[in-house]
Amino acid sequence: MPIDVEAVRKEFPILSREVHGVPLVYLDSANSAQKPQVVIDAEADLYAHHYANVARAVHTLGSEATAAYEGARDAVAGFLNAPGRDEVVFTKNISEALNLLAYSFSNAATFPTAERFRIGPGDEIVVTEMEHHSNLVPWQLLAQRTGATFRWIPIDDEGRLVESAIDEVISDRTKVVSFVYQSNALGTINPVERIVARAREVGALSIVDAAQAAPHLPLDVQKVGADFVAFTGHKVYGPTGVGVLWGRYDLLAELPPFLGGGEMIETVAMTGSTYAAPPHRFEAGTPMIAQAAALGVAVEWLGNLGMENVREYEHELVSYALGELSGVPGLRIVGPTTSVSRGATISFTLDGIHPHDVAQLLDEQGIAVRAGHHCARPVCLRYGIPATTRASFGVYTTTDEIDALVRGLDRVRGVFAA
Amino acid sequence: MTASLDSMYQQIIIDHYKHPHHRGLPESFDAEVHHVNPTCGDEVTLRVRVQDNTITDLGWVGEGCSISQAATSVMSDLVVGTQVEQALALQQKFLDLVQSQGHAVLTDDDAELLDDAVAFEGVAKYPARVKCALLGWMAMKGAVADAAAKVGE
Repeated sequence: MPIDVEAVRKEFPILSREVHGVPLVYLDSANSAQKPQVVIDAEADLYAHHYANVARAVHTLGSEATAAYEGARDAVAGFLNAPGRDEVVFTKNISEALNLLAYSFSNAATFPTAERFRIGPGDEIVVTEMEHHSNLVPWQLLAQRTGATFRWIPIDDEGRLVESAIDEVISDRTKVVSFVYQSNALGTINPVERIVARAREVGALSIVDAAQAAPHLPLDVQKVGADFVAFTGHKVYGPTGVGVLWGRYDLLAELPPFLGGGEMIETVAMTGSTYAAPPHRFEAGTPMIAQAAALGVAVEWLGNLGMENVREYEHELVSYALGELSGVPGLRIVGPTTSVSRGATISFTLDGIHPHDVAQLLDEQGIAVRAGHHCARPVCLRYGIPATTRASFGVYTTTDEIDALVRGLDRVRGVFAA
Repeated sequence: MTASLDSMYQQIIIDHYKHPHHRGLPESFDAEVHHVNPTCGDEVTLRVRVQDNTITDLGWVGEGCSISQAATSVMSDLVVGTQVEQALALQQKFLDLVQSQGHAVLTDDDAELLDDAVAFEGVAKYPARVKCALLGWMAMKGAVADAAAKVGE
């Protein structure tokens, strides 16, 4: 069933507000998506009617809160088509999920039965040149801590991975391959299964940053085939403060803990402790209970739209937008210029006008876009530009809003033409 | 377009952005500084020549938004040829102006001293852009301090 965008928009209260006296045109969903009323209600409802701490209380409220929190785990497992619910770990966001892996890998150095995660001098960690800083800096830090070598698959002039480099950069020395599914800065959708297959071929662990993929396309962890997949809640129309790490159970079961604390243990004595089974081993302390519950509602809401429908709808949007933007004088797309293997996130530069000025002048017309290096500074370095303006779409974006963007850019050019 | 925006993107700012003054680095200088704005990537490299407590030459190169580049251009016009104390007093007046959140009341004397820099009054209403307007001014302040320290050595 195709997306009925007007019906979808009615579910988002914020989309009916005005900014600077004109209707809001929100084109910054890659940064963070807006929230439907059901998600806002889910968080409030938990606090209003079912709130207590999870996992430890025997009273009714504790049971209800635990049911909501663990129910969200089931919902996320369903959203990802995960083989098991215990493969879903809640983190505060995707940055924490990726750092959890990087730190657990270095904890493996002194952890019995965790040999397969050990990394040291001579080993290589591979990312791509288009990573968000959250999937780049944790691996640079891991390389620094362990003496491993940090390598990356380069990108070409159109913003795609250099295909021939995949087999070259990922080699027998590679222990970890961590890469982005869909680039937040370029919109590029990477050949995920191809990279995962190469990682498996050389015996490396594969990790997929799906922050920009989860909101936009069917994300089936069994089909992707990677060892770990992570995403964040606030980009899938869920709350802030909650993210997800999915991992193959046999790997999670051997992975050393990252954060120690309450609820992640099996037994504790002054002479030493043992740790809980996944996922609780990786969820130390009181978790983000209400946010996780609301994330469960968000992924169910999104899943009910049908991820294939969402992908098709947004594909039409990006095709339309690329066509319209190509008519703006002086505008250059940074990233793929066709809608093939490309998500609905478009970065661009405008001749002679700095992205911050573009974004500011668009904001005055009620149009929210992002300007900057989008936490992927190596991408800007690659193309020799200080920053880009980025318009990113969601399932509530309309072609009218893309028209508003194009008109807005004309006015921006007008101010600087003077 | 709303009035608030017109008040930020004054023609004078656009003119300085398109045709910046004192752009280029003088060969002869007493101090060079490099300032960046890590959140937006704006940057400026600035050199000063200070003789007998007077800024006799100043030049810069930089990259960034219209606000940062135009503010640096306007600042250069204002401080070249002035005494160091006078330049620093102007820097303080400019700082007060753009940090006023739109509540600055400029006296006629201040307006005359700040000259083209008065055009940046509208920036004060945009907290996210204040640091853009200050980039070149802070670089000048730093460079003058470095030059003074060198004289003291």
